[in-house]
Amino acid sequence: MGDHHHGPAKGLSRWLFTTNHKDIGTMYLWFSFAMFILGGTFAMIIRAELFQPGMQLVEPGFFNQMTTLHGLVMVFGAIMPSFVGLANWLIPMMIGAPDMALPRMNNWSFWILPPGFLMLASTLFMEGGAPAFGWTFYAPLSTTYAAPSVTFFIFAIHVLGISSIMGSINIIATIMNMRAPGMTYMKMPLFVWTWFITAFLLVAVMPVLAGAVTMMLMDIHFGTSFFSAAGGGDPVLFQHIFWFFGHPEVYIIILPAFGVVSQVIPAFSRKPLFGYASMVYATAAIAILSFVVWAHHMYTVGMPVAGELFFMYATMLIAVPTGVKVFNWVSTMWRGSLSFETPMLFSIGFLVLFTIGGFTGLMLSIAPADFQYHDTYFVVAHFHYVMVAGAVFSMTSAVYFWLPKWTGRMYNETMGKVHFWISFVGFNVTFFPQHFVGLAGMPRRVPDYALQFADFNMMSSIGAFVYGASQIMFLYNVIATIVSGEKVSDEQVWDGAEGLEWTLPTPAPYHTFEVPPKIEATPAHG
Amino acid sequence: MAATEHAPAGYEKYHVPDSSSLAVRATVGLILTVFGAGLLLNDMTFGETHESGNAKWVLAAGLVFFIFTLASWFRTTIRENMQGMNSAQLNHSYVLGMFWFIFSEVMFFFAFFGTLFYVRQLAGPWLAGEGDGGRMNGLLWPGFEFSWPPTITPQEAVGGTDIQPIANNGAFLTQERSMSFADAHHWYQWLPMWNTIILLSSSFTVHVAHTALLKDQRSKFNLWLGITVALGIIFVGLQAAEYYEAYVLFGLTLNSGIYGSTFFMLTGFHGFHVFMGMTMLLIQLLRSVRGHHFTASDHFGFEASSWYWHFVDVVWVFLFLFVYIL
Repeated sequence: MGDHHHGPAKGLSRWLFTTNHKDIGTMYLWFSFAMFILGGTFAMIIRAELFQPGMQLVEPGFFNQMTTLHGLVMVFGAIMPSFVGLANWLIPMMIGAPDMALPRMNNWSFWILPPGFLMLASTLFMEGGAPAFGWTFYAPLSTTYAAPSVTFFIFAIHVLGISSIMGSINIIATIMNMRAPGMTYMKMPLFVWTWFITAFLLVAVMPVLAGAVTMMLMDIHFGTSFFSAAGGGDPVLFQHIFWFFGHPEVYIIILPAFGVVSQVIPAFSRKPLFGYASMVYATAAIAILSFVVWAHHMYTVGMPVAGELFFMYATMLIAVPTGVKVFNWVSTMWRGSLSFETPMLFSIGFLVLFTIGGFTGLMLSIAPADFQYHDTYFVVAHFHYVMVAGAVFSMTSAVYFWLPKWTGRMYNETMGKVHFWISFVGFNVTFFPQHFVGLAGMPRRVPDYALQFADFNMMSSIGAFVYGASQIMFLYNVIATIVSGEKVSDEQVWDGAEGLEWTLPTPAPYHTFEVPPKIEATPAHG
Repeated sequence: MAATEHAPAGYEKYHVPDSSSLAVRATVGLILTVFGAGLLLNDMTFGETHESGNAKWVLAAGLVFFIFTLASWFRTTIRENMQGMNSAQLNHSYVLGMFWFIFSEVMFFFAFFGTLFYVRQLAGPWLAGEGDGGRMNGLLWPGFEFSWPPTITPQEAVGGTDIQPIANNGAFLTQERSMSFADAHHWYQWLPMWNTIILLSSSFTVHVAHTALLKDQRSKFNLWLGITVALGIIFVGLQAAEYYEAYVLFGLTLNSGIYGSTFFMLTGFHGFHVFMGMTMLLIQLLRSVRGHHFTASDHFGFEASSWYWHFVDVVWVFLFLFVYIL
């Protein structure tokens, strides 16, 4: 307290009791990486079983538990918290704030995550096994036919939701209230903008998810009939509520990734971001449209044709603002003075592969075509192109980009580049063949498959093992950087990087911008 | 950085609190609560007849710990404010926090209202044979006629649990009478109308209290805030009476099919929120009476509670319209 803030407290209490946005950001990042490894282990089990046709390693019921937990852990444990960690670290430094707006609540939103996931993972050891109904937990699989562990799954979802809502309210309050004088909304770095909009999406849809799991809880334990036709309810109602949350959720995952790429590409093109204002408007347009497209996940469920058409056209509209973004990133690089350090490689990898994922999404948006693609490996390939090559690649890019600012040490560039190329090749070997087996009719979430899919599946599995192993290299590189990386003292680190965080000393001190910085009168964006 | 050099004129430092154990304590309370609740529910639904009784103690310990931690958290923030540690900017963070918290609550109710509209406008008529899937539903649930409030569940229409071809997960028996205005015999015996009058008046009384506080009229503020809290208690009491009426006299229970499900979940969550709001206002009243907290310009604890109160009031207006009248 008082005017002189000191450094961090010593020992474990520093992490348990901290109110510092950098500490909390660090904890989020490490936690999400741990979950990435856990979810990745589940994926390795899935790919090992699918290495050859026939049943090899695990029981079908356990296979279903693996696909379910893989999805849940990756979405709620790895990707979302990793971007919250990034937001914690960067938003105060980017807008010239001393910390997040509500620091104690910030700590709380982190600390309920680990026990929440412990509760979710503990279902693996419960009678009847872990949830086995897929990450979308459709009723009645998740109600009438679920193992008793579903109760703990429901409460785990509640806990994660509480964490997300508190984290988002904190981010909204920080951005609205804590900008340094002169940091107008349209001067904010794009990463701040994308998180601002993401936080609104989270506050809007996480309570809807809470409503959905609450109805499940009531159906299971108290005899209500929300999702049971016998009582006048409707199992399809579950799908509507779930996807009303679930579709904005995929933008919650990808918008911060857009923000990262919008910081990295200009830095290594040594040009301001092309079309800053249109990027902001495109992000907002994607967010608004995300509320009126949810039923494109449910074309085959038996909706009226008018509904199918509405959701089809609304979904296709999203291609427009997304196209604006891709165009702007490419135009930023056009005639730039490009260099290809690891963060830039991952961002370009993002750009290419996310665009492929976007196009397959456009294919899936066509209702009559989707009747063929629905629930096949084509869908699996599509969303892994946007989740892994989209969100995870951009997150990896962000870690390499800001790690020197966080630690004051430079990572091993050669190892970083090798990591990128192994990831890039491994990823594509894993997921590109899944387009083909999907189009040929291989269903998802099944532990065995017809013989004609054998070659492509073996290819997929080999790619997955390579991609998985390359993450160990990433972990090694990060730890080696922290322990013994080459020291960086330059504030700028990257010569083309723009933004307030690069005006701070390297490594960033424990407390920054305790007094707001002066923002130049000229606009930061060209 | 030489900090003071850049400080703009009149800048009040934003108070970043020291490290604090509140978050970890609240985590312990919350996790024990949900874990205990999960154990208790699973014992109830899937358990043996003589299950060990630990679950309720886990739940109780969690709840007590959680409530005490929240109380000490709020006490900390109140003390910080009274010691003058909060700049105008920090106070605005609390304003934003409360506003977006209420927005998240709105979205929670949205899920349940959306369910009600979906069932009444789409799923119900479809089950009775309308629309593209009508013929299939006609085969599965022959004889089911849809109306609102429903007079029969699809299960009853086909002749009970044993005969229904699919979705066999419990018995759903329609209520004898619903809570809807259509089923009310005398308007003056219709509790929802009285509850509406009570809750709308309480929104008005809390506004009068606020106006009094803005003019620094302490006793008037206490009086009208006290009236508001009393009205809140009466509302919760009448809601309990209504539930008693439903269960005992009308045969309207959670098992009464989708009408009972939506009715109890919407009014139940609303009632719980009224209870929360009433508790919040009661605490503000005690702060004012016993601690002489709040001034005409600094009374965010009261203001936030009153926003919450107006929010539950607005939710009730929608409930009254869509659950009881229409």
